[in-house]
Amino acid sequence: MTATTARSVTGIGQCLDALVAGQPGVADAPEMLALGEEILEHWVRAKGKEPTRSEREGFRLLALHRQGADKDPSFNACRETCRELVYHYNLLTLEPDHEATAQRARMMALVANHLYLFISGKMETEQLGEFCCSSRPVRERVDSGTQAQ
Amino acid sequence: MSDKKSKYKEVAYYPGCALEGTGHAYNRSTKALGKALGLKLKEVENWNCCGAMEVKNIDPKLQTYLSSRVMSIAANKMKMDVVMAPCNGCYHNLKRAEYDLEQDQKSRDVVDRLSQKAGHETYQAGQVETIHALDWIKDSIGEEGLKERVKNSLEGIKIANYYGCMYTRPRHIFPEKDKGPDSESTSKPHFMDDLLEAAGAENVDFPLKTACCGGAHTLSDSDTSTKLVANILMAAEAAGAEVIATECPTCHSGLEMHQIRAAKTLGIKTSVKIIYFTQLLGMAMGLKPKAVGLHENVSDSFAFVKQKGLA
Repeated sequence: MTATTARSVTGIGQCLDALVAGQPGVADAPEMLALGEEILEHWVRAKGKEPTRSEREGFRLLALHRQGADKDPSFNACRETCRELVYHYNLLTLEPDHEATAQRARMMALVANHLYLFISGKMETEQLGEFCCSSRPVRERVDSGTQAQ
Repeated sequence: MSDKKSKYKEVAYYPGCALEGTGHAYNRSTKALGKALGLKLKEVENWNCCGAMEVKNIDPKLQTYLSSRVMSIAANKMKMDVVMAPCNGCYHNLKRAEYDLEQDQKSRDVVDRLSQKAGHETYQAGQVETIHALDWIKDSIGEEGLKERVKNSLEGIKIANYYGCMYTRPRHIFPEKDKGPDSESTSKPHFMDDLLEAAGAENVDFPLKTACCGGAHTLSDSDTSTKLVANILMAAEAAGAEVIATECPTCHSGLEMHQIRAAKTLGIKTSVKIIYFTQLLGMAMGLKPKAVGLHENVSDSFAFVKQKGLA
């Protein structure tokens, strides 16, 4: 759906800061979706995989989320955030003249920002999100011989 | 009277550690709301920690045992068949223990061994039903029951309902959810929305209702938590909310404390109020703000509730 770019994690954050501080509109919807895909790509690459080009339910973002959550269910802590990002993209592009467009665009920027904050936080502290899903407790990692936190 | 309606009239109450500390306002308001609605709570005798996230991350089977002990006391000693846990962490852990004991023989063996060592009956999967405070009010009183009892309508209050992470995730430990319109949804939870709307509130469309607030990392990585919370607060305000309603003590205190920290460290000032759903429903039922522990919140909502006619 959108082209892969090579923005850094910091660069993605700066773009989102500008969108959140500004007045995003319908025209920014593809960019906000792309920023979501790019931060997911960083996560997938950090896990040693090649980001998928496939789509799920018509969106690469959802396929990337699924790839990122593979064998790491705590990543599902951002599942609904990804789905909300797609939902807002649909709202904006399917109803561009809706009276709530400005509000929807601002919300999409904040949802994309949340995805960025969660993933960039998780790239620094991998256990982020394990509070809720706690699917890979430290003990199990120690038991399986991999390096614990 | 439906099965749940009568079954939930009197339940074993498991407040958990947080409700005796930072979440005391939630404890107070849950008890006060139950009393106002004619519901009975029997606190689990000599309850222990559910294992929270600390024990769970060190030894998941020990967490299963700790949660099973709470359920064993409720079932075998108190002869109760429902345990109500208002804290998302406790609720999550009891549900998880239930799932583990049902699915995993090794968990059953560990729990049996530790229970014998501790000198109490081993909990068997299915002996009790664990519910959240939202289930308790929704299924025992319901929206119609609340509407009949409202003394101070929440009309004119715009609310963003924030459920946090552990109320719905991981989905497999909540087999009763996602079973149609009357059940709770794990992707778009709505029980709190339903109850507050019944009391007159206007719920806003809030896309971050289950988003991560960085709760577990509030001490080890405060900056990430502050940024995540600030974004949740900004989204609530952008959605038009005056209040974020909460149903978890960890989410609640995280939102309150990082609201202050976000203003100090990031310069992000937000004015949205953070109030437990039990406090809002309690005031709607005619209880005074102090009776629902509004003074025990970190943030000050007194002027707001007075302006809205709730005090």
